[in-house]
Amino acid sequence: MLLQVSAGWGRIARWTLMAAAIISYPHFAPQFWVVNIGAYAIVLGIITLSLTFLAAYGGMVSLAQMTVAGVAGYTLAILSSHAANVGSAILPWPWALAIALGSGTLAGILIGLVSVRTKGISLLMITLAIGMIFFYLTQQNTTLFHGFDGFRGVKAPIVFGMSLREPIVFYYLCMGVGIALYAAVSYMVRTPFGIALQGIRDNPRRLAALGYWVELHQVAAFGVAGFVAAVGGVLSLWYHGGISPGSVGITAMVNILIVAVIGGLGQPRGALIGALLFVLIQNFAIDLFIRERFNTVIGLTFLVIVLFSPDGLIGIWERLRRNRKRGLRSAPNGATN
Amino acid sequence: MMPALCIIGLTKYFGALCAVNDVSIDLLPGERRAILGPNGAGKTTLFNLIAGDFLPTHGSIHLFGEDIGKMPPHHRTRLGVSRTYQNSLLFKGLSVLENLFLSVRGVKPHRLSLLVPRSADPHLARAREWARQVGLAHKIDARVSELSHGEQRQLEVGMALAGGPRLLLLDEPAAGLSQAERPILTKMLRELPRTITILLIEHDMDVALQWAECVTVMHNGAAVFEGTPKEAASSPTIHALYLGDHDRNTRSSDSRT
Ligand SMILES: Nc1ncnc2c1ncn2[C@@H]1O[C@H](COP(=O)(O)OP(=O)(O)O)[C@@H](O)[C@H]1O
Ligand SMILES: [Mg+2]
Repeated sequence: MLLQVSAGWGRIARWTLMAAAIISYPHFAPQFWVVNIGAYAIVLGIITLSLTFLAAYGGMVSLAQMTVAGVAGYTLAILSSHAANVGSAILPWPWALAIALGSGTLAGILIGLVSVRTKGISLLMITLAIGMIFFYLTQQNTTLFHGFDGFRGVKAPIVFGMSLREPIVFYYLCMGVGIALYAAVSYMVRTPFGIALQGIRDNPRRLAALGYWVELHQVAAFGVAGFVAAVGGVLSLWYHGGISPGSVGITAMVNILIVAVIGGLGQPRGALIGALLFVLIQNFAIDLFIRERFNTVIGLTFLVIVLFSPDGLIGIWERLRRNRKRGLRSAPNGATN
Repeated sequence: MMPALCIIGLTKYFGALCAVNDVSIDLLPGERRAILGPNGAGKTTLFNLIAGDFLPTHGSIHLFGEDIGKMPPHHRTRLGVSRTYQNSLLFKGLSVLENLFLSVRGVKPHRLSLLVPRSADPHLARAREWARQVGLAHKIDARVSELSHGEQRQLEVGMALAGGPRLLLLDEPAAGLSQAERPILTKMLRELPRTITILLIEHDMDVALQWAECVTVMHNGAAVFEGTPKEAASSPTIHALYLGDHDRNTRSSDSRT
């Protein structure tokens, strides 16, 4: 399909340009823009992608995706070397990483099992409750979760003599993982599993009547979303160098929903767009306005998006593009008349 | 011969309302049976019980001798029960092809497959074939939300057939179709192979009596008459029960589920 010649070249040129921009970006941009904006937006985008996947294709809006990321983050922190046990990691990092991703996926599946018969507001409420339970668990348990302090001094692994948290390395890591997950999600929605999932979104009763075990598909989707969120949780742990109850608190949970809605809940791309805008506002609201206006700005952005473009920034962009196309097509007619 | 469908004493209460009251029906393999009755008689509820959307309050359902009365809907479908809905239940965000592909795949293994079907995939080919059979070949990549009402009804029937059912439950398939659109449907109904046993709910008496070999009439949840179309046409009880308010029912039937 890529080889449909005339349209194909433009596309290849565009992709090459984009790849060049992505690869060269950390070499000319200041470190703050590479890591704190670029890489962190991708980390947030990955966690949000897990929600957008559930919502866009399964019609399920969960508040607990940050919780799932937190389960993976905490698991990895517990198994790694950190400030309280310097140098004495419980497991070598590849094992710890695998277990962290596994536990995040499992958390996703469990949340799916609990909430699979609910939808809409009740699904939001149940996942909120689950998230709050995990938040209080991390805050009150000192033996395993280190209570209010959480974990600090968690180092990213060293591969080929390079720390994965080196600014440029971390940027490439996040970018590579983000692109891979995005591609995997885009592929999955065209498989029989993915099409059936969209069938559930449109009409679960009919899908059951066609021979599908609807709940199994829903739980599987929560598992997939759990894995994606877990990857984001691990990257977030390495980015912050630690994790604490605040990382899985109600603000963090709701932020994921806000990012998803700002970007557009209808398409995976929206997750990254929303995350980028969110991180920009987070960093620059303080400069542009009087101190501590971050929440006001985010809240206003959220409100404006919900009121004027229910399909988020992606929706605005697509409407503009459609209008421009229509404009181009009608222009010659206008000239002849 | 073992009946294709054997229902005994089927009863369903919604709270105090008895929507289906002690109904027993035997269908021979390949039989064409029409179910008639005024609105609210319990016909759709009877279908919902057979398909497994609700569990009955009492009574049993056997499909070719197998007790399916307590199975979840998707198990019954895999055993060969298939249905259409009075108001189309389609996947509006998916294309015609994807709707039919899901219908073909639903009764096959590997429903959770994570491989994108190749263009030569046999199930995809079957889905295309069904699109042609129900007259939607030219709309195969269109989103269902872009189809006309008539086209949606055609797809509704195609999806019920695509899984290769043994027992087909058609709930007013002609509902809302124009006079011009009806013949396509009645022709298709007549041409269905005898390997499929069919129960049809139909408000149009002419269509039902021409097509069916046997007629069951329901009223207030109960089966009040069973006989040939000829007996039905001349039965005074049916005239009193059903034909009396027939016109009023056909007019209001579109708005009900
Ligand atoms: N899910 C339900 N909950 C409560 N009452 C129902 C439900 N479905 C149907 N009914 C009631 O059962 C009766 C029979 O309805 P239905 O089977 O749809 O009749 P028909 O298809 O013959 O017009 C009606 O009185 C209807 O209101
Ligand atoms: Mg009905």
